[in-house]
Amino acid sequence: MKRIIVGLMILSMVFCAGAVFAADEIKLGVPGAHSGDLASYGIPSARAAKLVVDDINAKGGINGNKVVILQEDDVCQPQVAANVGNKLVSEGVDIVMGHICSGATKAALGIYKEAKIVTMSPSATNVDLTKSGEYPNFFRTISADDAQAALQVDFAINKFNVKKVAILHDKGDYGKGIAEYAKGFFEAKGIEVALFEGITPGAVGYPAVVQKIKRSGADAVIYGGYHPEAAKIVGEMRKKKMDTKFISDDGVRDETFIKVAGKYAEGVYATGPIDTSKSAAAIAAIENHKKAYGEEPGAFYLNAYAATQCLLGAVKNAGSTDYDAIVKALTNEWYETPLGKISFDERGDAIGIGFAMYQVQNGVYVELK
Amino acid sequence: MEYFLELFLAGLTRGSIYAIIALGYTMVYGIIELINFAHGEIYMIGAFTALIVASVLSLLGLSGLSLFILAGVIAVIYSAAYGYTVEKIAYKPLRQAPRLSPLISAIGMSIFLQNYVLLAQTSDFLSFPSLIGEFGFMEPISHIMRSSELVIIVTTAVCTVLLTMYIKFTRMGKAMRATAQDKTMAMLLGVNVNRVVSVTFIIGSGLAAVGGVLISSHLGQINFYIGFIAGIKAFTAAVLGGIGSVPGAVLGGFVLGLTESFATGYVSSDYEDVFAFGLLVFILIFRPAGILGRKTSEKV
Repeated sequence: MKRIIVGLMILSMVFCAGAVFAADEIKLGVPGAHSGDLASYGIPSARAAKLVVDDINAKGGINGNKVVILQEDDVCQPQVAANVGNKLVSEGVDIVMGHICSGATKAALGIYKEAKIVTMSPSATNVDLTKSGEYPNFFRTISADDAQAALQVDFAINKFNVKKVAILHDKGDYGKGIAEYAKGFFEAKGIEVALFEGITPGAVGYPAVVQKIKRSGADAVIYGGYHPEAAKIVGEMRKKKMDTKFISDDGVRDETFIKVAGKYAEGVYATGPIDTSKSAAAIAAIENHKKAYGEEPGAFYLNAYAATQCLLGAVKNAGSTDYDAIVKALTNEWYETPLGKISFDERGDAIGIGFAMYQVQNGVYVELK
Repeated sequence: MEYFLELFLAGLTRGSIYAIIALGYTMVYGIIELINFAHGEIYMIGAFTALIVASVLSLLGLSGLSLFILAGVIAVIYSAAYGYTVEKIAYKPLRQAPRLSPLISAIGMSIFLQNYVLLAQTSDFLSFPSLIGEFGFMEPISHIMRSSELVIIVTTAVCTVLLTMYIKFTRMGKAMRATAQDKTMAMLLGVNVNRVVSVTFIIGSGLAAVGGVLISSHLGQINFYIGFIAGIKAFTAAVLGGIGSVPGAVLGGFVLGLTESFATGYVSSDYEDVFAFGLLVFILIFRPAGILGRKTSEKV
């Protein structure tokens, strides 16, 4: 018995040594939900990683080194994700493209942090992952949950120099979430939030709320919610001769809003995702997928494509798989991806992707540069 | 003080909207003690009819007041026909059944009509033209009250007065009151109860259509679901005022609208419904039949 254990230990040491010696391979960990309920979120990312890696290997690898993928299934569960993280670290991954779900990502991040492995998620939107500053090894190619609110607040302050704002929402998860982030950002910048209220969706008009906005003397209204209520509120405001700025979210950046609100929609601001699906890089990435799998790619495919490109690009720029060098390459250089030209801020959020401000001009939403 | 006045007017508008829909609920309940859950859907069908008619007529070059009146009249006739048919199909066969059966039939009718419009028209929100123009004389106070709000308040008042007079002074009105008091006795004395019920549904549905046209024109948007939300609030108003009573429905509508408006204005719109339904509970504790409802002893 003892002999078997000793034998196994020796064997495992041999394998470990093997991993160390095979330094001419770059190991890319791809953990994510590849089975279970949320497999449809994880599989497109794994495919994206494979397509990018195949492409790079076909061109001779990075600085002469081949890239190999270590794919692991975390079924989107934090406990499993922690195990997957340990396994990848013990297998000696150099960089990680994953995980998919925010909870799973958070569970595994500490493990990668201790092992000094750069991790980039294509889909984890939880705000704290970057904002807490706890995970300097973490990057992502998707906007955080508070990105729209942050953009709205910056826009209101920089463009209109607002002193007082009114924030409304429709009491739903989506609208209220954005409204609460916006409130926090305004207060952090020392701007008075004169009104913060939820309205009842579907009600027959909002005359009392509109009067309240008027009385509050707000320079701008931030609305978190969807277009039917936004159309009613804007219509009511304009008909009551109020020209208060109206800034909303991508629930309002919808053609139906313009159709329904008609002339009252003119001048309304709304945040919405930057449209990159028409770029040559994005079309090429989608074509790649169609050729390999014979179908349209699924969720987060382009984000994962970009994440893999950035990670491997950073390894190439750094000239090694050294942690500090990769982090430096990610924050200092710009990368051409299907999501556009992107880089990363010191917290790990991507610069150049995410949301843009749109305004209704002559009956269409126009992106403001 | 101006703020108070603004909130008061806002509440009054909302109240009249509730009131004009509540009239239909209360009339039907008064006559056959049925809560017509499909009433909100008739309101919605009225709005859709007006939209379709208005779109066609404006293509033909009509505009202004004539367009508004023509679209309104056609919507009222069409909705009245719907109300009449719904009664004949869904409620009349169940007149002798236990009270729960027509209630369930009403809920079924409501779901059916909603989905019918959803399939026949669209699930999207549609833009509704503002058929009510802006009056010149309203210009100085347009920042606190819009022309369409004035039209809604005045129409509600006129409809209430006409309806009350109709019930008080005409033969049919007398027959209605007799049927409401005792259906069997009225029948024995030669009142054509079926006709009375039909007329009640026709008038109630016509009023719902009037409300639908005015309110949609005021809000500028409709979809297949508007009847449900408006219907629930109007039903609350009818119960608050005393279901079965015409002035009660109007009073209930105003009380509900003003409560909501002041709750929003002085507390928070988060608690709008809390205050509205809190008031309903409070009033029903002290006056179980509603503000103007008459206490009736259970018929054995």
